[in-house]
Amino acid sequence: MVSIAEPVVKPAPRYRFLLDRRDVLGGVLVAPAILYVLLLVGLPFLLAVYYSVSAYTIYDPSWRFVGLSNFRQIVQNPVFQDTLANTFLFTFGSQFLGLVLGKFGALLLLRQFPGRKIVRALIILPWAVPIALATVAWEWMFDSLYSVINWSLISLGVITRSDAPNWLGNPHLAMLCVIVVNAWRFFPFAIVIFLAGMTSIPQDVIDAATVDGAGFWRRNYQIVLPMILPIVAVGLIFGIVFTFTDLSVVFLLTKGGPVNATSVLGFEGFQVGIVSGDVSHGAAISLFMLPVLFFVVIGMLHFIRRREI
Amino acid sequence: MAPVTARNIFKKFDDVLAVNGMSLTVPDGEFMVLLGPSGCGKTTFLRIVCGLERQTSGDLIIGGNLVNDIPPRARGVAMMFQSYGLYPHYTVRNNIAFPLKTQHVSRGEIDKKVNWAASLLGISHLLDRRPRQLSGGERQRVALARALVREPTALLLDEPLSNLDAKMRASARQDIRQFQQRVGITTIYVTHDQVEAMGMGDRIAVIDHGRIRQVGTPVEIYEDPADRFVATFVGTPPMNLVARNGGYLGFRPENFLPKEMINGSDAAEFSFRVDRSEYLGSERIVYGVLDGFNPAEVIAAKLPPAHVAEESIRPGEWHRFAVRRGALRYFDANGKRAMSH
Repeated sequence: MVSIAEPVVKPAPRYRFLLDRRDVLGGVLVAPAILYVLLLVGLPFLLAVYYSVSAYTIYDPSWRFVGLSNFRQIVQNPVFQDTLANTFLFTFGSQFLGLVLGKFGALLLLRQFPGRKIVRALIILPWAVPIALATVAWEWMFDSLYSVINWSLISLGVITRSDAPNWLGNPHLAMLCVIVVNAWRFFPFAIVIFLAGMTSIPQDVIDAATVDGAGFWRRNYQIVLPMILPIVAVGLIFGIVFTFTDLSVVFLLTKGGPVNATSVLGFEGFQVGIVSGDVSHGAAISLFMLPVLFFVVIGMLHFIRRREI
Repeated sequence: MAPVTARNIFKKFDDVLAVNGMSLTVPDGEFMVLLGPSGCGKTTFLRIVCGLERQTSGDLIIGGNLVNDIPPRARGVAMMFQSYGLYPHYTVRNNIAFPLKTQHVSRGEIDKKVNWAASLLGISHLLDRRPRQLSGGERQRVALARALVREPTALLLDEPLSNLDAKMRASARQDIRQFQQRVGITTIYVTHDQVEAMGMGDRIAVIDHGRIRQVGTPVEIYEDPADRFVATFVGTPPMNLVARNGGYLGFRPENFLPKEMINGSDAAEFSFRVDRSEYLGSERIVYGVLDGFNPAEVIAAKLPPAHVAEESIRPGEWHRFAVRRGALRYFDANGKRAMSH
């Protein structure tokens, strides 16, 4: 009988493979995102909540608690009421226009034609160009004297010089302008969303609908759109959230004018809270977006889940 | 119900000739199978018949009407796709109703016809489900019900069984065939599976490289192949072909028998060296070479029942094998069928 020595068990270093463990690695990778949200979103948000129930201004930086009186005051302010209505019009108007343009753009880009790749690349430009730069270009197009749109219409004989529209001077037209510019910014994103959805539909389904007797419109509205709706809805949530909180186009193009006709919540909050220094009212105005966006997002997600296929 | 006639159909995609002059007549009520390897143009031909593709040249006649420039929705044909193409966001009921809705059929009529089609295919209990909740076989039935509900003039099926498992496929084959006979609808069925083609078709059109090689009943296709392609495409294992006298000699593996099995003298005899033996339960197939012929030409023999279980014919041995003269087929140097050498 040969006795076999007990094999020596070498202790593995305990922390050497720490990053191979799923739970540890997961935490490490997600930490920057959580820190970012907590420090740069969560903290300012709590600060805003506090400001909105205080009497804090930059001239009188006291942390005096005033309850909901700031909210009461801004709700009763007609300028704020207009601003709130403008925000909805601006958001949903530009999203709707952007979606329609996006759908048509996607349909066009699905076709084979020479130079399609170049067009696909170029169409992303409105989205990629810095908004300040693009808005300056639009500002000149809407200029009261030098508007290229007006001059084109005049030389085509559609309008005369005397009744040329003052795009940014007329309250209704100004609203139309900011909506158009924002839709122009948004529609490449919509095209990408629609393209992703439409290319994911199996060709068999489209062919089946064609043979089943569906023409172009029926195929689009009864087969394609319902099938890509979940994807489009996610895109739309992003669009709504970003537009509702955005102030760049308004700030650059009209400064909220004429006479607050294009003022939106983000812009008004900035004007009151930063420019005028009334931090507490500015915070209250900004916080008004919260419940609206909350309900929009909940509603959309609910809708997507119901339509899930 | 209507006959379908194709006259000299060509289809060119850029510089690829997918369909190279196909002419075919499918009489009213016939079950025609288009059989060929993948990429042979059979699906393209089917898509031309239903109008999803426009032929480059040639005429297509359905029920006596020239339909070259008629869009799919006005041709009155129904098509069932390989992956069924069910509408995932609709219930089974709405899937089946869709072709009727496009024809503006009244709601009461739609209900009646949907129920008729569903009961015909035994899927009445599935009407309120969605496609993703169905099994492969159920989806196939829904697709068939949707194709039939508006009583099309012709039914086109593009490899409808390829997404089913082997067991389901056998019963679905049976179902489709029985169903077609009951309804009596003109049917064009595309497949690359010769078992489906042989088992289901009234007639088979064998297609290769965009051309129809032969049209005939399953017996004609199997017994009297028009050329080498048909001879070797149909049959498992395919027909044995050996070069002889500038042409080819062909015989089916089941006709290539040990000499003692063949009575009478009217047979061609060969010396056969067995290299490999495959036992398949109900049959045994042996592979080898013939003495005096090119050794690269592997010959298969399907042994008769007496030789299946016991291994009386073993690899490495030479045996006397023979083929009855009546079972020999001749092909000329171009591979076309010839009466003799």
